[in-house]
Amino acid sequence: MATIIRMEAVNKVYDLGSVRVEALKDITFFIEEGEHVAIMGPSGSGKTTLLNLLGCLDRPTSGRYFIENTEVSTLSDDALSAIRGRRLGFIFQAYNLIPQLTVVENIGIPLFYQGEAERTIREKSAEMARLVGLGDRLSHRPTQLSGGQQQRVAIARALVNNPAVILADEPTGNLDSTTGREIMNLLVELNHQGKTLIIVTHDASIAQYAHRILRMLDARLYEN
Amino acid sequence: MKIDLQHLVRIVRYGFKNIWLHRLRSALTILGIVFGVASVIAMLAIGEGASYEAREKIKELGSTNIILRSLKPPDETASQQTSYLGVFGLTPTDLWQIRTIPSVEKVVPTWEIKEQAWHFEKSFSVRLVGTTPDYFPAMNLHLALGRTFDQVDLQESKNVMVIGATVATVLFPAQIPIGQQVKVRGCYFTVIGVAAEKSLTGRSESAGFEDTGSDVYIPFSTRRLFFGEYEVNRQGGRITERNWVRYHRFVVRVGSMEQVSATAALIQQLLKTTHKRQDYDIMVPLELLRQAEHTKRIFNIVLGSIAAISLVVGGIGIMNIMLATVTERTREIGIRRALGARRRDILQQFVSEAVILSSSGGLIGVCLGVIIPKIVTRLAGMTTLITPWSVLISFSISVGVGMVFGIYPARQAASLDPIQALRYE
Repeated sequence: MATIIRMEAVNKVYDLGSVRVEALKDITFFIEEGEHVAIMGPSGSGKTTLLNLLGCLDRPTSGRYFIENTEVSTLSDDALSAIRGRRLGFIFQAYNLIPQLTVVENIGIPLFYQGEAERTIREKSAEMARLVGLGDRLSHRPTQLSGGQQQRVAIARALVNNPAVILADEPTGNLDSTTGREIMNLLVELNHQGKTLIIVTHDASIAQYAHRILRMLDARLYEN
Repeated sequence: MKIDLQHLVRIVRYGFKNIWLHRLRSALTILGIVFGVASVIAMLAIGEGASYEAREKIKELGSTNIILRSLKPPDETASQQTSYLGVFGLTPTDLWQIRTIPSVEKVVPTWEIKEQAWHFEKSFSVRLVGTTPDYFPAMNLHLALGRTFDQVDLQESKNVMVIGATVATVLFPAQIPIGQQVKVRGCYFTVIGVAAEKSLTGRSESAGFEDTGSDVYIPFSTRRLFFGEYEVNRQGGRITERNWVRYHRFVVRVGSMEQVSATAALIQQLLKTTHKRQDYDIMVPLELLRQAEHTKRIFNIVLGSIAAISLVVGGIGIMNIMLATVTERTREIGIRRALGARRRDILQQFVSEAVILSSSGGLIGVCLGVIIPKIVTRLAGMTTLITPWSVLISFSISVGVGMVFGIYPARQAASLDPIQALRYE
């Protein structure tokens, strides 16, 4: 299996004027294609920072980070945007749907920024909505949906650009346990279909779905 | 940078959606632009209308004409002596001298009095003008009916009359005036022609131009025969004033427009040597026209500055609301950035929203600006003239204002750190 994500000696330091905060220290790991990896750790351990780096929302202070053999740690802002839009899918704890837009419009956002044609966007978005079981809610607004349904929209949105990796940040954090299980089942199902899945969580019951658990503690990464 | 029309259309559509979401706020925001644009167009239309009227009036006087008028010298105006005979104004010597100037084509003298003109029981206050047949072409007076008097009428001092359009409608509301009799100071005249109505007759009296509609014209020789040389003003049966004025006006026709100013200066010098008192004045329509145009330019500059100020104020309003919008939608910006939007995409989105705001303000302003002059015309009876360029320019400026004042908030939006933006509550 090919390596899809590789970090080599990555450090992240926040320089807050008087204090230097070392958020990540010497992080080295790789994730193979099709893997399901959970990143666990207490708050303040640096897992959010790691997720931001993985998601190309931030650049490491030092070290190298490869996605599909492309080194992204030195890319320009526009190039990072392009990688986020084409190769990554984000799922957030708070769903992060845009309230003014309908379900199908929300799902289509990543395609919109890739310059897809209007019709393609609508068709692909509707298809994704059906895939996550929301085929009958296409023109609803996020506020008209339950938490679980909103997270399904977010999952559809993360999938619509056919990304290499799905990054999920506490995807069940705002859901009750039943709905949370449904969402996890959906994600695991996607992983079985071949999508690489990285979930950041502090919930052990969520982490147990993963093939591999990486633990963050005091800005360092440990693997069981 | 490639320009994708479809992409742009979608951005604009999404912009509309967001603006519609905050209808009241957006409406209040664009009010400044609306009033700015509307006032520019309306004020320009009113100004343009007024100056158009003035220019037309001046043109009516003839751009190759110089008009000399007899004037009562200021130091004699206060005279109360009844036996006093005021002698002033343009003289036959002046007429002869001006005719010798090579650039002068023609000098048409007139003699005028204000009188009541009668047709049976109907009467109308007219200005009776004694003149020569050359007066009509020199003043661009065309006839609607009949003919003008000719040299024969002049030589034989015939009692014929050409009447102005207003006179015709008042004295002969339901008749053809030709061949009818008109009585002035007990003398009867046969109407042989009716002057055509001039486009602006009856308006802009305030601009200082005569209303030619209430003129009546008779041969110069006829008026001498019928009315004599003296002009006597009576008040309550008492003679208040007796004047002897040989000519009231000379219409001096010059060969070409280039010669007008020089000829006018020459005439001025000539008259200065022969007249000891300032008992005449010179009016050069061409120079008045130039002055009118100069005044209009200044008016436009003043207007332009007012417009610029109001549009800047409107623009600041838009910038203010756009900054608020950026703060409100920080999280949305973060989401979009995470999902692949570049800084440029965010910039485009917010600039286009600002432009949509300002150009809808501009559009409403244009509509208002077109309607207001129409209302002014109806209520105040003023001529208004909406120039296409004023609409075009003020609208494009409103678009430009959105662009300029939208850029700063949009840059703020685009420069947001996606991580911070995503975490923003």
